[in-house]
Amino acid sequence: MSRIGIFICWCGENIARNVDVERAAAEVADLPGVVCSVAYKYMCSDPGQSLMRQKIVSERLTGVVVASCSPHMHLRTFRKAAAMAGLNPYLVEMANIREHCSWVHHDRQQATTKAVELIRMSVAKVRANAALQPISIPITRRALVIGGGVAGIQAALDIADSGREVVLVEREPSIGGKMAGLSETFPTLDCSQCILTPRMVDVGQHPNIRLYTYSEVEGVEGYVGNFKVTVRKKARYVDMDACTGCGQCWNACPSKKNLSEFDYQMGNRTAIYVPFPQAVPARPVIDRDACLHFLKGKCGICAKKCAANAVKFDDQDEVITEEVGAIVVATGFKLYSIDRDQASSKLAGYGEYGYGQYPDVVDALQFERIVSASGPTGGEIRRPSDGQQPKSVVFISCVGSRDNAKGISYCSKICCMYTAKHTMLYKHKVHDGQAHVFYMDIRSGGKNYDEFVRRAIEQDGAHYHRGRVSKITQENGKLIVRGVDTLVGEPLTIEADLVVLASAMQPAGGATELAQKLNVGYDEFGFLSESHPKLRPVETNAAGVFVCGACQGPKDIPESVAQASAAAGKVLVMFSNEQLSREPEVARINETNCAACFACVRACPYNAIERAEVRDRKGQLVKRTARVNPGLCMGCGTCVAICPSKSADLEGFTEQQVYAMVESLV
Amino acid sequence: MSEQQPFEPKIVAYVCNWCTYLGADLAGTNRLEYPANVRIIRLPCTGRIDFNLIIKAFEMGADAVLVSGCHPGDCHYTAGNFHARRRWILFRQLLETMGIDTRRVHFSWISAAEGKKFQQFVTEITETARALGPYQAYREICQAE
Repeated sequence: MSRIGIFICWCGENIARNVDVERAAAEVADLPGVVCSVAYKYMCSDPGQSLMRQKIVSERLTGVVVASCSPHMHLRTFRKAAAMAGLNPYLVEMANIREHCSWVHHDRQQATTKAVELIRMSVAKVRANAALQPISIPITRRALVIGGGVAGIQAALDIADSGREVVLVEREPSIGGKMAGLSETFPTLDCSQCILTPRMVDVGQHPNIRLYTYSEVEGVEGYVGNFKVTVRKKARYVDMDACTGCGQCWNACPSKKNLSEFDYQMGNRTAIYVPFPQAVPARPVIDRDACLHFLKGKCGICAKKCAANAVKFDDQDEVITEEVGAIVVATGFKLYSIDRDQASSKLAGYGEYGYGQYPDVVDALQFERIVSASGPTGGEIRRPSDGQQPKSVVFISCVGSRDNAKGISYCSKICCMYTAKHTMLYKHKVHDGQAHVFYMDIRSGGKNYDEFVRRAIEQDGAHYHRGRVSKITQENGKLIVRGVDTLVGEPLTIEADLVVLASAMQPAGGATELAQKLNVGYDEFGFLSESHPKLRPVETNAAGVFVCGACQGPKDIPESVAQASAAAGKVLVMFSNEQLSREPEVARINETNCAACFACVRACPYNAIERAEVRDRKGQLVKRTARVNPGLCMGCGTCVAICPSKSADLEGFTEQQVYAMVESLV
Repeated sequence: MSEQQPFEPKIVAYVCNWCTYLGADLAGTNRLEYPANVRIIRLPCTGRIDFNLIIKAFEMGADAVLVSGCHPGDCHYTAGNFHARRRWILFRQLLETMGIDTRRVHFSWISAAEGKKFQQFVTEITETARALGPYQAYREICQAE
C-alpha cells in the first residue's frame, strides 16, 4: 500500500497569488494512498526541504509529489532531498503548478482547479513509480584519439600527461596533419613546424601513447566506457622496430619522380619515403604503386642498402583490437577540391578559374608549401610552371565558401586570415612584387587578428579589391584575372604571374563513414555534430565519443587546440570515476513477451537494442529476444511506442505510469 | 436553478520533455496567459508517444488531444520526432477510418524558445474545441460497446 506525501509550494506569491494552495492541499488529501498533504511557503528552501525529509521519515512515505515549479528547475533538488531522508529518489514526482498554471492562468478559481488536477495526475503516476537504482558501468580508462593533426596531438598529450593510456590512430605515414605542411602561422608569423614538431616528438616518445600511423579505424563496437575498436595497420613494408630511420634506403631509391602528397603534388618523392624530414615516426613506408620491386619484380636496392634488414617486401596488413573507454575524433579537414573529384562530388566547382588546367593557379595549401622553407622550392617563391619569381600575385578568397550556388553556404572562417598572411609572406620574400586580393568581406574576428589584416594592407601594401573574379585565362605566360571592384564600381583586370585560391574547408575524406561507425551525427556538409552548440561543444550524441578540431566545423589552430584540450578534459572527467553512473530511466524489454520482430532494433537511434538469444542450461535455444544495453540507451522511449507486442517499456515513463496519469483525468 | 455553465473542453497534451515542455515553461516565465483547459503530460520524446494514448485520452473524456515535440532536426534523441511524425501520418488515416473526428487531434512542433507559439497554439485549439462542443459522439461509441 502506498503512502504518498504531497507538498504544495506557495513559491512566495508566485503560486499562491493565483492558486488557493490551502484549498488545493485539502482537496488532494483524500486521494487514494495519500497520507499527508501540506502547503509551505518555499519548498525548495532549506526549511522546506527539511519539512519534506521529516515527513518522509515520520509518515513512512513511499512516494512524494512536490507541487511547485517546473521539474526542469527543481526535480533534482527534491530527489536529492528525498534520498537524504532514505527514500529512493525515483519515487519523487513533481506537479508543475507554477510555469504551467499560476503564471499563465489569472482566474484563481480555474487555476486552483487545474492545480488540483495536475497534482492528481502526479499522484497517480507516483503510485506506479518504481524504486530505481543508478546504473553503474565499468570503464576502461584508456582513450582512442582518431587523427594525428594538431587537434589529435593536443588531445592525446593532455590525456597521456594525466597518466592515462592513449591509442592514437593516424591514416598517413606520419602524424602532424595539415599544420606540419604550413609555412608560418597567423597572427604571429611563427614557423608552423617549429612549434608543432616538438609536440610530435613528445607524442612519439610518450610512454602512455601507443601510436599507430598509416592505420585506420575499421570498426567500433561497444558503448561508453567499453568500446572495442579494430584498427587496420596498413602494410608499410618496413619493420618499424628494426628500422633506425637512417635514410640510406630513400637516398638510394631509383624511383624518384613520384608526386609528393606532403607537397600537394608540387614536389617529388622516392618510392620508399618519409613524407617530410621531421616525420614521427621517422620510419619510411614503401609506396607499392611506385616501387620497382612491386611493379617489375626487380630492384630491391633499398633492402640491399638497409644495414638493419628492415625492408620487408612480404609485409601484410595487420588488424589490431584495442579496448578503450572514450573516443576523441579529430579527423580534420581537406580543401574544397575546386574542379578535381567532380565525379564524386555534387559541388559544381570553379572551372572558370582554371585550377588543374593552368599550373600557376594553386590552392592555399600548395602556396603554403611554396612559401615554406622546407617546401619544394626551398622557401623561395617560384611559380610551378617555369620556376620564375612571380611579380604579381592574385589571391582570391571565398572559393567555394559562402556560395550557395556552388553547394557550400558556410564561411570557412580561416581564409581571410591566411590570405592576409600569404600577402605578407609574399611581400617579405618578393619586395618588388604586388599582391592583390579579391574578397567578399574581411572576417578577422579574434585576438590580434584585425590588426594583422590591417598590417597586410597598410604596411605590406597588399591591394584589396572587394569583388569577385569571373574568369581566369592565360595569355603570353600571364594569367589574366578578370573581376570587379565593387567599391570603385568598375570591372578590373589584373595580369598575374600566380593565382592563389583560398578554397573552402571541407571535412576530411571518410569522416562521414567514420561518423556512421561511431553513431555520431553529422550535418549536410559532413561536419560532425556536437551535442549542444553552446553548452556541450565537444560531446556528441554518442555517449563517450568526443569531437575536436576541424572535423566539427571550420576553425583555426588556436581554436582546434582549445577544443582538443576541452575534449581531453571531458575524457578525464569521465576517467576520474572507476564506474560510470547513469540515470536509470532507460528502456527494458519483457523478454518473455518479446516476439523478436526487432522493430525496436531498427527504430532505436542509439543502436542500444541488440538481438539476443535465451538459452536453457543445456545451451538449447529457447527463444530469440530483443535486449536493451543500458549503457547505450538514452531513454527516449521510441521502442516503447513502436513495439507491437507491448514488450518494451521505459523506466520513469512506463506504460502503467502514463496510462495512470491519463486515467486520473476523469 | 443556477444558469448552466458554459462548455469548457478538456484537452490533453502529450509533449516532449526537451522542447515543447520547455516551451510551455517559457510561456509561464513570460506570463503569457492562455485558457486553463490543457493538461500537459510530460514524456521524454514524441517518439515515446504510442498513439493508443490519444484514443485513451478520448476514452477518458478528452474533447481534444495535442501532441507536440521538437522541430524536425532538433530532437534531443536525434530522430524520435521523425518516428512520431511517420507514425502520425499513418495513425491519422486510421483515426479517420475509425470515425474519430481528426479536427480534435492536433500535432505541432514547438521548441523550447517558442513560449509565444505555445500560448497561441493552445489558445487556438481551445477555441476550436469550444466551437466543436463536447465530444459526445465518441462517448456514445464507447457506451454502445
